[in-house]
Amino acid sequence: MAEIRLEGVTKAFDKVPAVDDVSLEIADGEFMVLLGPSGCGKTTLLRVLAGLEYPEAGRVRIGDHDVTDLPPRKREIAMVFQSYAVFPHLKVFDNIAFGLRMRGVDKPRIRERVERAAGLVELSDFLERYPAQLSGGQRQRVAVARAIVMDPAVLLMDEPLSNLDALLRLTFRAELKKLVNDLSTTTIYVTHDQVEALSLGDRIAVMNKGRIVQVDNPSRVYADPASQFVGAFIGNPPMNFLTAKVRRNGTKATLAIADHTVEVPAEGVPAGGDEVLVGIRAENIQAGVEPFEDAVRASTLVVEPLGSHLLVTASIGQQGLKVVTPADFPAHPNRDLWLRFDLAKLRLFPPGQTGEALAAAS
Amino acid sequence: MSVVDEARRPPEPADTGRPARARPARGSPAARRRRARRLTYAAAVVLSAWVLIPIYLITVTAFTPRRVSYQFPKPLVPTELSGETVSFFARSAGVLPALGRSVMVAVVTLGLSTLLGAPAGYALARYRFRGKEAYRLLILSTRAFPVVILSIPLAVNFITWGIYDTVISVALMHTALALPFTVLITSSIFVSVPRDLEEAAQTLGCTPARAFVRVVLPLALPGLAAASIFTFVLSWNEVFAAVILTLRNRTLPALVLSGLSRSPLPFRFAAAFFLLAPSLIVIFVIRRYLLGLWGRVSR
Repeated sequence: MAEIRLEGVTKAFDKVPAVDDVSLEIADGEFMVLLGPSGCGKTTLLRVLAGLEYPEAGRVRIGDHDVTDLPPRKREIAMVFQSYAVFPHLKVFDNIAFGLRMRGVDKPRIRERVERAAGLVELSDFLERYPAQLSGGQRQRVAVARAIVMDPAVLLMDEPLSNLDALLRLTFRAELKKLVNDLSTTTIYVTHDQVEALSLGDRIAVMNKGRIVQVDNPSRVYADPASQFVGAFIGNPPMNFLTAKVRRNGTKATLAIADHTVEVPAEGVPAGGDEVLVGIRAENIQAGVEPFEDAVRASTLVVEPLGSHLLVTASIGQQGLKVVTPADFPAHPNRDLWLRFDLAKLRLFPPGQTGEALAAAS
Repeated sequence: MSVVDEARRPPEPADTGRPARARPARGSPAARRRRARRLTYAAAVVLSAWVLIPIYLITVTAFTPRRVSYQFPKPLVPTELSGETVSFFARSAGVLPALGRSVMVAVVTLGLSTLLGAPAGYALARYRFRGKEAYRLLILSTRAFPVVILSIPLAVNFITWGIYDTVISVALMHTALALPFTVLITSSIFVSVPRDLEEAAQTLGCTPARAFVRVVLPLALPGLAAASIFTFVLSWNEVFAAVILTLRNRTLPALVLSGLSRSPLPFRFAAAFFLLAPSLIVIFVIRRYLLGLWGRVSR
């Protein structure tokens, strides 16, 4: 068990920075998720931590040691690879025992520890099989068992669920959460799946273009995104963004979206310019088919029934947005729709680059 | 809707050259493609016959009694089989020592080329370095030198070094010839072992060298074995350099070649069979790896 400190870590490939001056502190026993779109540098950052890549700049500390110059085997880490990287020429038992044997643990201890680790991931009946005789989910468990049997100070996981089918992923996600909770090992978990990140992480570090753009606990990352990028990347559907005209008067500011105005405290409005970007989650918009108080008129474009609720795509003026309504809501395409924003849940961002942020998230 | 219909329709049977239900008009792209395919098949048949018929005749004649092997035209189906011809060949003067030398040359060649070539193959498979693609091509260019031209200056050197007419001299030459293939084949074998496995071993406490021995080597072994056999056969069959670099201590092919015009017909057939059989077996075993290799080079 150990805390981790990354200080100004930079790693470039062919002069293109994959990780750009990243600093991050992870507490002892914390489950930290690195979340971001593909190519954002999250896997590279994990590999720098593992010692599989050497950073051009910056230091990596695990516990009291500066491990930047140490090879992977001296870092007290264990890693679960996206491809599982289970050794095909070794039986499940020997796969799990591999690291202990390298460490020179004596035979009876190895058997005992392998059996306990295999029990934790429910592989006890498969120890004498070769990986080729296992399903994808079981191979994944071998990879996890092989890592936790080492009792590492830090557990690194690189998209461990992404090669499983949807149902298995859901089951295993919960199991993984319980397992890591019980072990209370410091864990870094890389994923591009925001649902995985929200469900697993104690904290989430959202990455984009080689940089960390927000580090927060899951509910804050969801409710209080630090930028349009985070708001658009996290959540399904992504956060809605509407351009609004601002008029400041004293402690209040008036936002005008099309011909609808709302009043908000002035200190929350980004300085400068007379436009802001209003971010609002789909579930924080109340919808009605008749006009009601403080509601803005919109028109319905698409109605998607999703079982537990409806996802309605609507437009206010020229601006599109998504709204979540109860499943029995009588929405119809091309009819009027009345929407009221939950003002407490409005988030304001400086204007511009919406398109870029949205494109990066998709 | 039409998309659904498309999907429900039973899959088209693979084009086997049979006339399709609705035959496209002559000169249509489909017809042209079919004609091109027929030409390809015809060419393949001719080429295969070119190679296979001599192999067949050699094998059959090597195992018929001596008097039958003088017949002409040869019976296409053997009427009687015997080991007489082959054992006559094996008992001829110098054949067994030459056979021993051939084996030794091949073994030394195999050892040297693996020792030098496999690390190069590993580097090509795993590391990015400046001029990598150029290096890959350059390796093959050594084969652009005619063996004879390469051999004569080598013979001069070997004489001054005092290793002319020895097993070592031939083995050195064969190593030079085999190395390009060893490098490229082993590189394609190492590429097929996922890098993740090696890295996983390193995170589990292995030094890079130990990760190689414990993980990469066991997984590469079948391929490396195939590559070794390929090198073995290359050396086994090589004759020009062997003729130039040896005088009295000939390898089997060199011995056979130097006495070929004076040998009786059954002797030649038996010799041909001896030289042919190992390569055929090997090529059959490793054709999968060869395809991988050529696919990579032509890319």
